[in-house]
Amino acid sequence: MNLTLKIWRQKNASDKGKMVDYKVNDISPDMSFLEMLDVLNEQLVNKDESPIAFDHDCREGICGMCSLYINGEAHGPDRGITTCQLHMRMFKDGDTITIEPFRATAFPVIKDLIVDRTSFDRIQHAGGFISVNTSGNTIDANSIPVNKHDADKAFEAATCIGCGACVASCKNSSAMLFVGAKVSQFALLPQGKVEATDRVLNMVRQMDEEGFGNCTNTGACEVECPKGISLENIARMNREYLSATLKG
Amino acid sequence: MALDSKIPKGPIKDKWTDYKNHINLVNPANKRNIDVIIVGTGLAGGSAAATLAELGYNVKAFCFQDSPRRAHSIAAQGGINAAKNYQGDGDSTYRLFYDTVKGGDYRSREANVYRLAEVSANIIDQCVAQGVPFAREYGGLLDNRSFGGVLVSRTFYAAGQTGQQLLLGAYSAMNRQIGRGKIKMYNRHEMLDIVKIDGKARGIITRNLITGEIERHSAHAVVLGTGGYGNVFFLSTNAMGSNVTAAWKAHKRGAFFANPCYTQIHPTCIPVSGDHQSKLTLMSESLRNDGRIWVPKHKKDVEAIKAGTLKPKDLAEEDRDYYLERRYPAFGNLVPRDVASRAAKERCDAGYGVNATGEAVFLDFASAIERYGKETAHVRGLDENDAALVKKLGQEVIKNKYGNLFQMYEKIVDQDPYNTPMMIYPAVHYTMGGIWVDYNLMTTVPGLYCIGEANFSDHGANRLGASALMQGLADGYFVLPYTIGDYLSNDIRTGPISTDTKEFEEVEAEVRKNIDHLINNNGSHSVDYFHKKLGKIMWNKVGMARNVKGLTEAISEIKALREEFWKDVKVPGTNEEYNEELAKAGRVADFLELGELFAKDALNREESCGGHFREDSVELDGEQKGEAKRDDENFAYVAAWEYKGEPSDAVLHKEQLEFKDIELKQRSYK
Repeated sequence: MNLTLKIWRQKNASDKGKMVDYKVNDISPDMSFLEMLDVLNEQLVNKDESPIAFDHDCREGICGMCSLYINGEAHGPDRGITTCQLHMRMFKDGDTITIEPFRATAFPVIKDLIVDRTSFDRIQHAGGFISVNTSGNTIDANSIPVNKHDADKAFEAATCIGCGACVASCKNSSAMLFVGAKVSQFALLPQGKVEATDRVLNMVRQMDEEGFGNCTNTGACEVECPKGISLENIARMNREYLSATLKG
Repeated sequence: MALDSKIPKGPIKDKWTDYKNHINLVNPANKRNIDVIIVGTGLAGGSAAATLAELGYNVKAFCFQDSPRRAHSIAAQGGINAAKNYQGDGDSTYRLFYDTVKGGDYRSREANVYRLAEVSANIIDQCVAQGVPFAREYGGLLDNRSFGGVLVSRTFYAAGQTGQQLLLGAYSAMNRQIGRGKIKMYNRHEMLDIVKIDGKARGIITRNLITGEIERHSAHAVVLGTGGYGNVFFLSTNAMGSNVTAAWKAHKRGAFFANPCYTQIHPTCIPVSGDHQSKLTLMSESLRNDGRIWVPKHKKDVEAIKAGTLKPKDLAEEDRDYYLERRYPAFGNLVPRDVASRAAKERCDAGYGVNATGEAVFLDFASAIERYGKETAHVRGLDENDAALVKKLGQEVIKNKYGNLFQMYEKIVDQDPYNTPMMIYPAVHYTMGGIWVDYNLMTTVPGLYCIGEANFSDHGANRLGASALMQGLADGYFVLPYTIGDYLSNDIRTGPISTDTKEFEEVEAEVRKNIDHLINNNGSHSVDYFHKKLGKIMWNKVGMARNVKGLTEAISEIKALREEFWKDVKVPGTNEEYNEELAKAGRVADFLELGELFAKDALNREESCGGHFREDSVELDGEQKGEAKRDDENFAYVAAWEYKGEPSDAVLHKEQLEFKDIELKQRSYK
């Protein structure tokens, strides 16, 4: 199929940036979206033009690196997938596709479609861990039984890939789904309960400092989340935060 | 230079304990004065960074991704082995050791593998304490599954995302240390060379991938946890950015490269669909617990399936060839990866491949769905003879176990694997070869360590499933923190290493010269053009089956391609900006050298062992007819190559492997 692409081009963080039109032809429906961009980039390189910069790595939906805002949706029109898992069979011949970076104050653009998501890392530095040493001198793994229901819920929260689709989809650029998932993972496990109070307070403080907005329960984040992280996690974080504040 | 593996004396089960009791330690106050550089933040690098920082060393960690959490360990699916014997099915440290050595086709170092098995159980304790949400049973205890090449259930898992959960565990341990200021993290930085001072590794040169800035970083020791080099084949299950550059630069600075030809071709990957393909996707080996592999018995059915006139699920049982169950009744679908891959290739080469390219076999869950469905119906007191109900219940169980994998498959192939068998074919997945290290995980360059997939040490010629995660974490959490301390105990009076020296200056100048060449080359072909060509040579001539003619051709073709690359590659833009083409060009330049050494190593090893299959070395008769033939008399050694300029000039050093605790015998899975 033949497509028109409208792509955000921005040389660097200080450049103003603009949308630029490109054409690609003979795209196979079996290609992934990123493979389609590979085709475009090969064309651009061969014409001595600067290729489109976009983040990507594992190309199997788990590293969380790819982060395109396609036709107004984080990771494009399909559900439960990352950009690298979006296939061209979701589009049809003659389509015009708009491609932008994930936009948020806390995600400044580095170049073209690449944004800086280190704000996510900094939130994790503030409390996204259990304070145990890695010496291996701990108790036997089976001496802490965990209710399967809780273990499964903790796992579901832990499958977050930190891509930032939740932030990009939120009209307030809120990171509550991301932070809620990490807070929930540990809050649901007996190992994580010990420092639950400090964790939620520190992570929320850092989240606010990074310039993410608040949650107004729209739910767009859950819809666009490639891993289907549930809004329940935001509710759980709010409960944890409330009880931590009362304790504090 | 003679290779000294530094294996401690004494009985195998006491070596590691004795070793730990007698090494030199660094006191906590002195650790504060010692810097360690760690390149790569996957399971090996990430766990090492966290542990060394926690011990008190100043750690500088580097990754090319935008966050340490994105290292490719994240994509490991199936699980992690540990000799816990929670299932009471006869597992033990010895058995895990034995299985790993046997699975590696007797080409790994006994002492290292025993230590790996010994610390394996601790990894699970550690990860649970960190909050890694492993799969559990209803009683709240940890669940296990089986993997290929073994007869026990010792694999711990978190659905099909075990690597992700373990990496996020290591990342969380890193975060704690980054927050404390003990790890300084350098994201989006690529290591471009090693700096040696007085023969010791004392630093690295990096490029900031955002600004292009070339930076000098010094330390008392340098650790590489930079993963494998499967992308030398262009198409592999590795991430797009996975590369050999750090390891290759280390090689060029004196680290011997061991067994480069040992590559794991994983049997269950989604087949190639066309020339546009940029990478291949793995379907976890755990699927072979429940999936049965088959092709049609008759060519007419193959043709009918290809033409779309026959649906695979409608082909009668007696017309199917479950070739793994037929050839290897003892292990069936759970034979090791190298054996399963070769068997798939054998069937496809014989014309039984089931897709348009003729390079695919079926992985079928219908019998598992029925079995689980009946079981669930029985438990719930429902009608076990209601086929539709049984199917629905069975599909739910399968979804619980492998849901994310089935979803991945469906998105890529556009077929529903709950209702039609998956199509799979082998693909390059893991490299057992890597930088040679001694028992301390130190390379032949003093002060330069190599851990995880990047080194060669534990998996011999074939890695068993769920052992990569085990090795990465064992090296980083439990082995390196001891061994590196012994080395660093000599550095307590050294003081900070200056980067303002001629050694740093010279290496930096070389790095800049290389970049300038690439940027100003103004050639006519893109980096990918060369990478794809290299991949084709590797896959066709240095792939699943190798012979003298193909390998000899590959060596000269790769050499010619490398020369063409340097003359004719085109890299747009400048160094002083985010420039992925430039980053890729540097990586492909190194693959073009490694590829030749790889083929040279494969040519040298005139035997079949593990993932290295030489068509001129097969069993000619008896029960094992047609199986790979190892040659212990002449090749029970590690081939460690010393860099001497061109790859063709590399000098071979042999580390003779001694098997004192396991008897060398032919690997049989029949």
